[in-house]
Amino acid sequence: MTEATAQVPAPGKLEFKDDYTPAEAARVIRNSKGLPVGVRPKMVWTWQKALLWAAVAIVCACGWAILAVSRGEQISAIWFLVVALSSYAIAYRFYAYYIQIKIMRTDDANATPAERVHDGANFERTDRRVLFGQHFAGISGAGPLVGPILAAQMGYLPSTLWIILGVIFAGAVQDMLVLWISAKRRGRSLGQMASDEMGKFGGMILSVFLVVMTAIAMAFLALVAIKAMAASPWAVFSIGMTIPIALIMGCYQRFLRPGRVIETTLLGFVLLVLDIVAGGWIASIPAVAEVFTLTAQQLVIALVIYSFAAAALPHWLLVTPRDYLSTLMKIGTLVLLVVGIIIANPSVKVPGLTELASGSTGPTFSGNLFPFLFITIACGALSGFHGAVSSGLTPKAVEKENQIRMIGYGSMLVESFTAIIALIAAITISQGVYFSTNMSAAQISAASGVSVTATSTPSEQAEAAVKAVDSMTVSDIEGNQMKVTWDSVDENGDAKTYEGAEALEKAASDIGEKTIVSRTGGATTFAMGMANFLKSYLGGHDSMAFWYHFAIMFEALFILTTVDNGTRVARYQIGEMLGNVRKLRKFADPTWKPGNIITTMIATALWGGLLWMGVSDANGGINAMVPIFGISNQLLAAACFVLVTVCVAKLGYKKYLWIPVLPLVWDIAVTFTADFQKIFGPLSYFTVASKYQAQIASGELSGEALTNAQAALNNAYLDGVLSVFFLVMMGIFVIVGVVCVARTFAAGKFGAETTSEEPFVESQWFAPSGLIATSLEKKVQREYSAKLHELAQSEQAAA
Amino acid sequence: MPGDIAERLAHAWRGIVWYLREISGEARYGHYLEHFAAEHPGENPMSEVEYLRAREAYDRLHPNTSCCC
Repeated sequence: MTEATAQVPAPGKLEFKDDYTPAEAARVIRNSKGLPVGVRPKMVWTWQKALLWAAVAIVCACGWAILAVSRGEQISAIWFLVVALSSYAIAYRFYAYYIQIKIMRTDDANATPAERVHDGANFERTDRRVLFGQHFAGISGAGPLVGPILAAQMGYLPSTLWIILGVIFAGAVQDMLVLWISAKRRGRSLGQMASDEMGKFGGMILSVFLVVMTAIAMAFLALVAIKAMAASPWAVFSIGMTIPIALIMGCYQRFLRPGRVIETTLLGFVLLVLDIVAGGWIASIPAVAEVFTLTAQQLVIALVIYSFAAAALPHWLLVTPRDYLSTLMKIGTLVLLVVGIIIANPSVKVPGLTELASGSTGPTFSGNLFPFLFITIACGALSGFHGAVSSGLTPKAVEKENQIRMIGYGSMLVESFTAIIALIAAITISQGVYFSTNMSAAQISAASGVSVTATSTPSEQAEAAVKAVDSMTVSDIEGNQMKVTWDSVDENGDAKTYEGAEALEKAASDIGEKTIVSRTGGATTFAMGMANFLKSYLGGHDSMAFWYHFAIMFEALFILTTVDNGTRVARYQIGEMLGNVRKLRKFADPTWKPGNIITTMIATALWGGLLWMGVSDANGGINAMVPIFGISNQLLAAACFVLVTVCVAKLGYKKYLWIPVLPLVWDIAVTFTADFQKIFGPLSYFTVASKYQAQIASGELSGEALTNAQAALNNAYLDGVLSVFFLVMMGIFVIVGVVCVARTFAAGKFGAETTSEEPFVESQWFAPSGLIATSLEKKVQREYSAKLHELAQSEQAAA
Repeated sequence: MPGDIAERLAHAWRGIVWYLREISGEARYGHYLEHFAAEHPGENPMSEVEYLRAREAYDRLHPNTSCCC
């Protein structure tokens, strides 16, 4: 029996009738054995299809028109879903297809790495629908939930445009093309491909950059989680309890039911829901609540100890079970939210453009719309990190080249859709509440003239926040000065809209927290929005606190998973780098325990240090950390585009080089401008540093203020130095790329002579390309199984 | 007609179970058995627990370089 026959259903129901039309027959690809192994991509038009696409285009245009021109009237948030989905559909069908035909030139006659290597481990053909889910789980994280929330201060229009157009022309293109170049090179990683295509130097730059960038991303995301957990006993308890839950799950799967992942995940989910409910009881008992009320600094220490323990303990005990929960929450919550938005049908409270869009002094991030909005919304529109995922496991598992569009481009569209949902969460709560939540204590103090600290009572904080909001000139969607309002119910359960400080206190009590003032980082805002959508059809008003904490849990699980994986990845990368030094060669061996401990310590110290500085910052740290995270992530994206451009140039596709170059040029314009402004000029980290330096030198500060100023000073210097480092590294990388392209064109040699692409190997395998098999693909599938059986029989007869 | 609907529901249910088993990795051992039978006929494959341990050991030494955000 051959290997393939074991997996192919016996003919019977799948009887092959040879009913191809002539046009269909011409598209079937057969290999030398006569096996049909693929279908040539072609756009087949019928009048029904033409009508359908015309309708989609009209809906899309209407949606955009409504979002762009509505002034002074209420619009439904459902329009955002309509605009996003119709734009994605058109982009996927036409632009991604165009790239597939013109650049990727996918050929199903060629075997993918999964078929070539087929080692039973990572190189394993995976069904396209399953791989789509796995790839999406790999790329998605808390990133897209944060950026759009922070960017909402400028109004919804710039964010919507960037999230949708950005993903269509940049983000999804990057993910798909990196997946493609990696799949053509036996699933090699970004760093390896850069070495192969652009020389050792280019590869080294990319590898070092990845380690630093991983540390920054972890520190930033951990900061977001900590901001949501600080001073919230409910969140601290329920998230802390995920550790024992993971241990229970791990032991259940290890000792009671080995390999039963679904069962284990369901068990974990039930425990998780009970845990969130229990968090509410804990928070309502003052004596117990006090134990779980931790400051940001205490949480950082706890997180560092925890992640060190997670790295030391066996994976099955803690990390793997939490990955299960995180994956379930990722996909499940997305579905719940979309349904929630449709049922709740919330109306948008924020105008397309606010007054802050034309200035550079907004509270959530400073700087002008260009470039800072485009780096604040990094993930969800364009994320360099996805290049690392797209050159990781996915290219090793893809079955057929024609599936790359669906997996690479399609997954990123879903990620972008998550960002749109986060944006909806931010723009459907009152702007007054939004700014009260997203201004740091220092910003509120400065704007209101009332000194607010973390130790002020909730009502003092609320009063000051209302004053601060009133002092800002920002209009709501009807063109009036924005107000602090909160739609809730009164004691009798009747609908009531609260205003002013009362609104902030009511909002806090609705979500089961002491205060919502100055809960920067975006997680609190997102969770409030999400609780609003979910209570509309699951549990009503009384369930709001539960859903709020469910949402916080959702983000925290993402982030903890990222921190775990990131520490592990950074540890290996550091080990590899150290292993290159002759005397430290032992570090390259991942089984060497002392080496493991040392590299884990270095990795933890990297992000832990950044995180510590973030929480010590008087301005909340988010404000300083957002640009550095966004810039590094987008610069990594630029590096991916440079690599892709080099690969495309080496294939000689001059005419279509604009496809990766267009987003590359845009991305370089954005990141380099932002980075320049962060190094020179009034927004720069060094200007901030010298301001604090002067304050400290004046000797007027003392006690807490002095400590804060010193922390902020260190922070600003570190971020400044990182900005310079990024600019220099990526500047060099881009130059190396340009030289590579120029040399290729000058030499005039293209294709196999110049690239590291693997040579053609005939495929013996068939699988459909899209999410749903077409009728032609079903016919081919039948012929394929029938032929395989014939081949197997004739082989047996010969034997 | 009711039989038809029941059949469709059963079909959908089998599809969901298939998808969950595949995406969670629960089906991996089954795939291993198939491959093993095809590639090493006559030999004894690893037991499920042995297979899971081997897979764990492999994953520990070959970390996935992906990191999400």
